[in-house]
Amino acid sequence: MADNPVKIHVEALKKSFGSLEVLKDISLDVHEGEVVVLLGPSGSGKSTFLRCLNQLETATGGTIMVDGHNVTDKHTDINKVRENIGMVFQHFNLFSHLSVLDNMTLAPVELKKATKAEARQNALQLLKRVGLADKADAFPAQLSGGQKQRVAIARALCMNPDIMLFDEPTSALDPEMVGEVLSVMQSLAKEGMTMVVVTHEIGFAREVASRVIFMEGGYIVEQGTPDDVISHPKEPRTIDFLSKVL
Amino acid sequence: MLKILQVYGGMMMTALGQTLLLALLALFFACILGLVFGLLNVSHNRVCNFIGTLYVDAIRGWPLIVLAFFVYFSIPGALQSWGLKGFRLTALQAGTIALALNCGAYMAEIIRAGIQSVDAGQMEAARSLGLSYAKGMRKVVLPQAIRTMIPSIINQFIITLKDTSILSVIGFPELTNTTKTVVANTMNSQGWLVAGLMYMVVIIILSKLSMYIERRVNRGR
Repeated sequence: MADNPVKIHVEALKKSFGSLEVLKDISLDVHEGEVVVLLGPSGSGKSTFLRCLNQLETATGGTIMVDGHNVTDKHTDINKVRENIGMVFQHFNLFSHLSVLDNMTLAPVELKKATKAEARQNALQLLKRVGLADKADAFPAQLSGGQKQRVAIARALCMNPDIMLFDEPTSALDPEMVGEVLSVMQSLAKEGMTMVVVTHEIGFAREVASRVIFMEGGYIVEQGTPDDVISHPKEPRTIDFLSKVL
Repeated sequence: MLKILQVYGGMMMTALGQTLLLALLALFFACILGLVFGLLNVSHNRVCNFIGTLYVDAIRGWPLIVLAFFVYFSIPGALQSWGLKGFRLTALQAGTIALALNCGAYMAEIIRAGIQSVDAGQMEAARSLGLSYAKGMRKVVLPQAIRTMIPSIINQFIITLKDTSILSVIGFPELTNTTKTVVANTMNSQGWLVAGLMYMVVIIILSKLSMYIERRVNRGR
């Protein structure tokens, strides 16, 4: 996969909130079809890093190139770039005033990616894929956490993105619902989607990740295959972290 | 009281009509002002924030009666002395401006609070799909905010409707002003009871309407 073209190129990324420097110096390349899993203690900057990739957080320094577009450049049409980067949030963030179907068709129709009928068709297909074909007309409040998150994934897929970002997608779920969300993510990975995933699911990282990155204190401490980082970590901080979560 | 109604009932109904006209005009413009300045207040642009806050602070700091005098007398006066000879505002125009400015400031605060009550994740999700800030606001945030805003907005409508009585001081023939004339002519202070009941009936109808709207909007939840 390292031979595939680079989808995301991050160079010397820095991000501060006021006087608090959350990301100190991050450089990273993500290739097409790679599934990169970010691990690390809370406060290590994983989520902030992920949110910088689609500029939900504005980087303080450094460069991020996504598909050849410099998203850290003010002149880049960030909305256009975001159309190709799906994002899934910890708290789902489904639009609570809209039905499942309307949640999914809003962006494609508003952004003239599809007609209403096409968007509908596509949405129904995606709902079937995440096992929720019968929930098209339900409202978010009527769904379980696992169902909400699967809809959220399907909603992101409606824009037909070629990169997907996952920000702790299972952290707000009851334990029995984690599996259904992870299996959707796993099938997505199998189909060759480029994915960057922040998660605490070590099992998922071990099975699905093509690369695992361990972050702490705003730096990348260690990275490699799941076998390298999770089964045979070298850095003391990685060893320490894994001993607490495994 | 019956005698007042017989002789002056028609006149007072006309005055009530004027009250409602003034209130409707003022509320219409107040909604526009409130939306514009409410949006300025939630934007992340400092200049926009400053303008929004300035408006709200300035208007909330002025008693409505002072604002009414200012709009009716001082603004035309200033414009005349700057060369706009013969510029005048009718009592209805001045009353609409003063009341709309006043109500608009409170509406701006209601709209700001309503928007801020919507979880920030909603806008983030909209932006992450490629929607612009404006589209995210219009399609995602505002439709949710409006639900929480409706009770406060109707409440503000009621306050503004009653505040029209203050515009009697610039001679607009609304209900309070007219009642003053009726009471003076008849030497019968029961006129105030009639006026009070007339205001009350309109406002009760308005609050029933608001409860109906609230129920309808919340049905989907």
